[in-house]
Amino acid sequence: MPTLIDRRRFLRGGLLASAAATVSLAPAQTEAASFEGYPNAMGVLVDLSRCVGCRSCEAACNKEQQLPAPEKPFNDFSVFDELHHGQKRRTDETRYTVVNRYDIPGREHPLFRKIQCNHCQEPACLTSCFVNAYTKTPEGAVIYDPDVCVGCRTCMIACPFLIPTFRYSSAFKPRIMKCVFCYDTRLTKGLPPACVEACPQEALTFGRRSDLVTMGRQRIRENPSAYVDHIYGEHEAGGTAWMYLSPAPFDQAGFDTSVPKEPILNYVKDFLGIVPMVLTIWPALFAGFHLLAHRKEKMQQVNKNEGEV
Amino acid sequence: MRTFIANNQVIPITNHLRPDGGRWTIREKLLLGLSWDQYRAQFLRNPVNWALCFVFAVGVPILLQRYLFGLGSITHASNDYPWGLFLGFGLFGMVPLSASGFLLGTTVEIFGRKDFVPIERLALLNGLLGYFFAVVYLEVDLGMPWRLYYPMFVSLGPAAVLFLVAWHVATYLSVQIAEVSSAYFEWTGWLKGKRFVRSITIGLTIAGIILSTLHQGALGALFNYAPAKVHPLWLSASFQWIHFFCSAIFAGLSMVIVAGALCKRHLAWRCDRRFLDNVDQCTLGLGKGCAYALITYLVIKVVGVAHDNEWAYLLTGWGRYFLLEMALAVVLPMCLFAYGVKHRRVGLVRWAALISVLGIVWNRLNTAMICFNWQLYREVPHWKEIWVTVTIFALYFVVYRFILYRLPILYQWQGEK
Repeated sequence: MPTLIDRRRFLRGGLLASAAATVSLAPAQTEAASFEGYPNAMGVLVDLSRCVGCRSCEAACNKEQQLPAPEKPFNDFSVFDELHHGQKRRTDETRYTVVNRYDIPGREHPLFRKIQCNHCQEPACLTSCFVNAYTKTPEGAVIYDPDVCVGCRTCMIACPFLIPTFRYSSAFKPRIMKCVFCYDTRLTKGLPPACVEACPQEALTFGRRSDLVTMGRQRIRENPSAYVDHIYGEHEAGGTAWMYLSPAPFDQAGFDTSVPKEPILNYVKDFLGIVPMVLTIWPALFAGFHLLAHRKEKMQQVNKNEGEV
Repeated sequence: MRTFIANNQVIPITNHLRPDGGRWTIREKLLLGLSWDQYRAQFLRNPVNWALCFVFAVGVPILLQRYLFGLGSITHASNDYPWGLFLGFGLFGMVPLSASGFLLGTTVEIFGRKDFVPIERLALLNGLLGYFFAVVYLEVDLGMPWRLYYPMFVSLGPAAVLFLVAWHVATYLSVQIAEVSSAYFEWTGWLKGKRFVRSITIGLTIAGIILSTLHQGALGALFNYAPAKVHPLWLSASFQWIHFFCSAIFAGLSMVIVAGALCKRHLAWRCDRRFLDNVDQCTLGLGKGCAYALITYLVIKVVGVAHDNEWAYLLTGWGRYFLLEMALAVVLPMCLFAYGVKHRRVGLVRWAALISVLGIVWNRLNTAMICFNWQLYREVPHWKEIWVTVTIFALYFVVYRFILYRLPILYQWQGEK
């Protein structure tokens, strides 16, 4: 039965081809669904109770990343009073990291919070990028490739921590500007990022992310009255490489506590799932509507032809 | 075009042949059979053209500034609001208003409603131009506009929602060019091309439905990336794509009603009897479709609020703003459509269409800008950003009018087809 074999082979080939065509989205999703982060990814634990707001980290970052000199020097602490649109300072194209002061009612000393890219396990910037400009490296850094970026700025929309910024000032060489964990200059050599090394207070601890989670829990356990019982970043946005311990409720120290405890990618998976369905079902459905709507004409045609015969 | 109205002339150039027997040249076709001086005279007489010239006189230098000195020179360069008016209005607003092409294509070609044929080409053209200018807006907004093709050929990120939008808008744009090309082929007299397009109409139309469903939905799903930034009343993670798709239906239909009304009123010299006699009836038919789409949309918006249990938000200031949007942009046009269709009040249906067009733009601006970062602050666009947005829209208007003046959109070509 050579024909049967041929047909089988044909069917098998056809199925494979259509599977390949329709399921092209699936691998990335299934991988992501079970992805729990690279085992040896590094991270940083930030202890707000230790930070004194000296801005050494800002200065170190500026130097390491060769960013333009700031308007006010790094030893000018009046920047803590700056407000733009009622908001404290944020990252922009001239600074990858910023320290802000939070005066919390009932506390003797203000808290200082350093912000920079949190280097998510499943970064929203990466999953929203349609040209794959972002990479999560096994070392834990989320890095960016300006050579393929088209400047759509969806990553800035997607980042729940408002970290990526755009070089709006340039017409010919615009790009996303964000902290890269000192990836190429330090992290690949096993060195901590410049800001961590510069910290005189040991407010920043560099280490394997899994160890840092343990360390954070231990600090809370050993000194429960000094900390809120939560590590910000352990689960936020699906888990981040940079995590925070705070002696005061996180929302009072400027953290966005409405950030979901799952990867941002989960919010678009439902939609991505319907795409192959629409691609395959719609043609049949609407071709069917077309045939139904035109059946009268067809019948008349047939009747007419029969009449002629 | 008072020349034609005053002379009470028949519709100019609907045929390859001149009244005296010769063939129209391309130049004559472009000048509508007028001499250069006559054409210039009618151009200068029209006050709309003066207003357009003013918009361009200010807008073009600002555009140059954008391309020479960067986006930061004409916008507030906000890192909190990376998407401003160019995308908020130009992409998220123009694309639903351009759903008309696939909707009328489906009605006529798939559902076999031949009574909508007189307005089909207007809807197709409206769709094509809307998409094209959405891409123009994108080219103003993209940081590196010269890399527009990168997501297609250089570096592919197929798991991103924007990847779908890019591919679908690009392929759908080609589909729409093919659909509108038959009018162009008639006008230039290349019948082989027209016959080929005719032979693949059904395929093109179905491709249009698929691509439209997905990218209209995908524009909504883009906001799913910002669950902590868009106000919950404007973001329903489970239904966002279908909210956007459903609202595109009445947006697209309303836009054709508005375009049809403008053509009937200001371009009557270019319309033939078939268009003028049928446009009112078509308007009522489209209005009925709008009413159905609006009630569906209203219900699924309520389902969205119920599904995420967001009732408490309705009592806040944002909730009142949301209810205001629902009342003015959904319930009001819905009632006007229903009443107008039932009592055959064409004028009322046209007003309802205008309200729903403005309403959908309002909704998209709310989602993309006003209710975005609702816990931070409101970003008011730079005046130059607003002016450039208006300039591109004026360009859209000019191209739209240029094509309506010439191609057989509002009239049937009398020459061989």
